[in-house]
Amino acid sequence: MSDEQLHDLAEHIQENLEGKVMEYHLRPFKTALSEIEITANKDFINDVLRFLRDDPECHFEMLVDITALDHPARPAARFDVVYHLLSMSENNRIRVKVAVDEGEPVNSISKTYSAAGWFEREVWDMFGIPFSGNTDLRRILTDYGFEGHPLRKDFPLTGYVELRYDDELKRVVYEPVELQQDFRVFDNLSPWEGMTNVQLPGDEKAVKPKFIGKQA
Amino acid sequence: MTTQNLKPIDEETQIKPYTMNFGPQHPAAHGVLRLVLEMDGEVVERADPHIGLLHRGTEKLIEYKTYTQATPYFDRLDYVAPMNQEHAFALAVEKLLGITPPPRAQAIRVLFCEVTRILNHLLNITTYALDVGAITPALWGFEEREKGMEFYDRVCGARLHANYFRPGGVAMDMPAGLAEDILDWAENSVPKVIADLESLLTNNRIFKQRTVDIGVATKEEAYDWGFTGPMLRASGVAWDLRKSQPYDGYEQYDFDIPIGKTGDCYARYLVRVQEMYESLKIIKQAIENMPKGPVKVDDRKVAPPSRAEMKSSMEAMIHHFKLYTEGYHVPAGETYTAVEAPKGEFAVYLVSNGTNRPERCRIRAPGFAHLQALDFLSRGHQLADTVSIIGSMDIVFGEIDR
Repeated sequence: MSDEQLHDLAEHIQENLEGKVMEYHLRPFKTALSEIEITANKDFINDVLRFLRDDPECHFEMLVDITALDHPARPAARFDVVYHLLSMSENNRIRVKVAVDEGEPVNSISKTYSAAGWFEREVWDMFGIPFSGNTDLRRILTDYGFEGHPLRKDFPLTGYVELRYDDELKRVVYEPVELQQDFRVFDNLSPWEGMTNVQLPGDEKAVKPKFIGKQA
Repeated sequence: MTTQNLKPIDEETQIKPYTMNFGPQHPAAHGVLRLVLEMDGEVVERADPHIGLLHRGTEKLIEYKTYTQATPYFDRLDYVAPMNQEHAFALAVEKLLGITPPPRAQAIRVLFCEVTRILNHLLNITTYALDVGAITPALWGFEEREKGMEFYDRVCGARLHANYFRPGGVAMDMPAGLAEDILDWAENSVPKVIADLESLLTNNRIFKQRTVDIGVATKEEAYDWGFTGPMLRASGVAWDLRKSQPYDGYEQYDFDIPIGKTGDCYARYLVRVQEMYESLKIIKQAIENMPKGPVKVDDRKVAPPSRAEMKSSMEAMIHHFKLYTEGYHVPAGETYTAVEAPKGEFAVYLVSNGTNRPERCRIRAPGFAHLQALDFLSRGHQLADTVSIIGSMDIVFGEIDR
């Protein structure tokens, strides 16, 4: 869809969902069509998605993905839950974002789209965002009895637990991770100049050298 | 078969519904699927797939890697169709960088995507037939698959984990003679094998008894459960990203989208067979109209210089060093980029913060949504039908567990 059509669609959505949809963005690309993104109110996510599914101008009949983004530094709400919808009749996609703070539940949309069930389980597993109304909110990808939520930014890459087969006990045992050497991240960012002409994270090192040895 | 067709059970033979464990080490589980089945006699009442046994934390790992280092992870997702996954990542990065690969690179990508689609469907159809009791298709199909893998080997040096599609083009040009050999394979070798497979399966009574009317998904159910690819097309929806949202020049190729009518396991088989013939058409067109020219963008901040250039130019040397240590920076932004992988819509939701590493790289795997629907597809069917349904879904755990 062209930018104009997307603008019209976004206006149409905003008019019909006043108070439930906060704002919209078009993300333009030099070499591809723009992507449309709307930010919705957490409490009305079901209303918003049901409207997007059933409204004849939107007609997003398929939920293709649910995921989340972690912004540990953001003061108000730590996570964004991101829904991707696809309309096959209109040949269009839309991204719906919902901001949510740690521990706060989001309403499950598994009644609106059946496909949401497992995607919500995965977001719960990976980010620890609970979905109220999802009747089967078990962990899905991690091990039985796993603790923590791996895709959070404060979860270490190496994890906390490792397992091995114990030949004496004749079973698999779990042990705390023991690293043979400290975990190191080399960001390799140039301390002198960015490769693009914008101010990049790393550019500040030109002024104040900072030791990056261990993971924060 | 449903419960109504069974004889009424008198009290003496009454058996309690019981729970059965299927997998994770079971040849029909296509990898590491653990299925907890609640059974009433031979009839499945509820199927609860336990997944994640192959979870390697790909999304987390990519957050710690540069964009160049991230590509090989995509081969290891759906290891039956590696290049299609790389394609999604390459397109997503290119979209954020605002670059388009040169025409030759696009044509090579299309060519290899279609070779991969044939390899994938050959594997799926034949192992599916193996699941329902036919051994010969697997032997014939794998021989042909091996020939396709040789093309992989010749173009990038690896049979499986190609790491060939890079943001900005492909890693290197095709060696001389490869295009002719692929054309020869596509014209003389594959059609025969597909025809042989069809003669073994399409009108085979046993195969039909195991697949017709098993695991039916209607159009509405397919939408509701997020089906894509052959699973969706078998339910009668003419939707293919190569046609509707073309990328890398797919709009220039002449091919059709086969769709099924019944939405059962048999329709999914038929759709895959027809898709292979369509892929052959695309392969022929891609080779006949293969443009000449470079296979990488001419931007030294993204694509590395040639080896020969590095020997003589200091500038090229520096670029090479910078690209393989720091890597290129991708402007801040986010994109959801999808491709039509052999299994369905494979997409990458890439969030960049302007550095040399992605802030978040979400991988949307088609099989994840399909496997979720196993519960409703197998309800009321017999245990053996569950095996047919799993086979028809084209499950590969690399991409589901990520």
